[in-house]
Amino acid sequence: MIYLDHAATSFHKPPEVAAAVFSALQNGTGNSGRGAHGATLDASRVVHRTREKISRLFRSGDPARVVFTTNATESLNIAVQGLLKPGDHCISTELEHNSVLRPLFLMEERGVQLGFLPADAKGNIVTAAIAASIRENTRAVVLSHASNVLGNIRDIEQVAAVCRESGILFILDAAQTAGLLPINMAQSGISAVCCSGHKSLLGPQGTGVLCLAAGVQPDPLKVGGSGVDSFSRRMPDALPAALEAGTLNTHGLAGLCAACDYLEHYGVARIFAESSRLANKFIAEVQDIDEIIVYGDMAARVRTPVVALNIASCDSAEVADELFERFGIATRAGAHCAPGVHRLYGTERQGMVRFSFSHFNTDCEVDQAISALKVLAEETR
Amino acid sequence: MRIKALQCVVTFRSTTDAMEFEARAAAFGLSGRIIPLPPVIDAGCGLAWKEDEANTGLVEKMLAAGQLSYDKICHVMI
Repeated sequence: MIYLDHAATSFHKPPEVAAAVFSALQNGTGNSGRGAHGATLDASRVVHRTREKISRLFRSGDPARVVFTTNATESLNIAVQGLLKPGDHCISTELEHNSVLRPLFLMEERGVQLGFLPADAKGNIVTAAIAASIRENTRAVVLSHASNVLGNIRDIEQVAAVCRESGILFILDAAQTAGLLPINMAQSGISAVCCSGHKSLLGPQGTGVLCLAAGVQPDPLKVGGSGVDSFSRRMPDALPAALEAGTLNTHGLAGLCAACDYLEHYGVARIFAESSRLANKFIAEVQDIDEIIVYGDMAARVRTPVVALNIASCDSAEVADELFERFGIATRAGAHCAPGVHRLYGTERQGMVRFSFSHFNTDCEVDQAISALKVLAEETR
Repeated sequence: MRIKALQCVVTFRSTTDAMEFEARAAAFGLSGRIIPLPPVIDAGCGLAWKEDEANTGLVEKMLAAGQLSYDKICHVMI
C-alpha cells in the first residue's frame, strides 16, 4: 500500500516510538500521579519528560502548562468550552474543521456570539480582517494554523499580534502543523495550542496536547480523580492536574516522548522540507492534467504537504476507491469534516480527494500516484 | 474509471455498524466489500457496503436475521 493520508494520521512512525510503547507495555507502568511506589513514579517521570519536550517544541516555557488529552478535538473542546462564557463574542473562519466549528456552535447555543471570517477564491483567510471584526465583548479568536483540506497556511504571527494588542485570547488549532511548522508561543503570544499526538508529531493515536500560555486557564471539561486534593469537591486549581481528570494514557505518552526526541534530532524543518518537496513534485505534475481540478492556493510560498483535487465531475469517493482498489494508493475522499471548504468550491456533493505526504514517502510512491491519476483522468475522456 | 453498474448498497449510521456488518457478511454468502459512502446517496461521508445487485436477497435475509443496525438499502449505479 502507498499511504498518502498522513493528514488523517501519520501511518509511518519512527521505530523508536513503537519501541517505547512496547517497552512501557512489556515492562509495565504504574499510574502516573497515583501513589509513590517505583512503578507509579516511573510513569510520572515518563509523563513529565513528555511535558518538558512538548513545552520545548512549542516554546511554552512551563511544562506544567502542557495538558495531555486524548486528541486535538478534546483539546479544542477544553479550550473553547472552558474559556468562553455566555455573552462573549468569538471570531473564527468559515473554513474550519468540525473540531473547531462544533464546539463553537455548541457555545452559540449557550449564548456565545460568533463571527466568521470569509475566505477568498483560493481558500485564503484574510487574517488582516480580524482587527475590524473585534468588538467590545470579543473574548477569543479560534482558528487552524493550516486548512486540513487545502493545505493553505494562515499567518498566525499576524493573528497573534492583533489578539495581543486587543487583549483577547488566541486559540490555535495546530492539528495539521504541530511537528511540521515552528510554533513559538513565547514569542508570538498564542494563548492555547491544541493538537493531536498522532499526526505530524508522529506519536500514537489516543494522545493529544493542550499547551496553555501563562495566565490562561480554562474551566475543566471533565472532573474526577486527580491524585491530589482528594477531599475537595472540586478539581484542583493547579495545572496540569486541573484539566487531567482520570488516568493518563501513559503507554501512548511514552511513545509521544520518543516521537519528540525523533523530531528534535531529525528536525522539524527537515521533515517539512522533505514532505513538501514530494507534495510539490506531485502538484507540478497533476495540475497540468486537463481533467484534474486542484483546490487551494498553489502559488503560496509555503503550504502544508496536502493536495486536494477532483477528476472532472467524478465522485471523490469513487476516485479514492479506485485509487485504492486498483493502485493500492490510500487517500481520503469526501467532506473532510470541513463543510465550509466545500461550500466555497461548490463540492458539497462531490467532495474532494485529498493526498497528504510525509517525509517517509518516496519519490517512487509519488510517481505511482501521478501515474494512477493520469490513468483515471484518461479514462474519463 | 470503472464502468458503472447497478449495485446494492447498504449505508450505516456509524463505523461500528459497518464493521459489525462486515464481520457477519461472509457467513451469509455475501461477496461485497466496504466502500466510502457514495455522495450520490449522501454527502455526509462514512462507510457503506457494496454488494452485487444479484445478491440483494442475501443482503435482505442477513438484515432480517441479525440484529444489525443499518441506515438504508439503496440500488444505485456506481
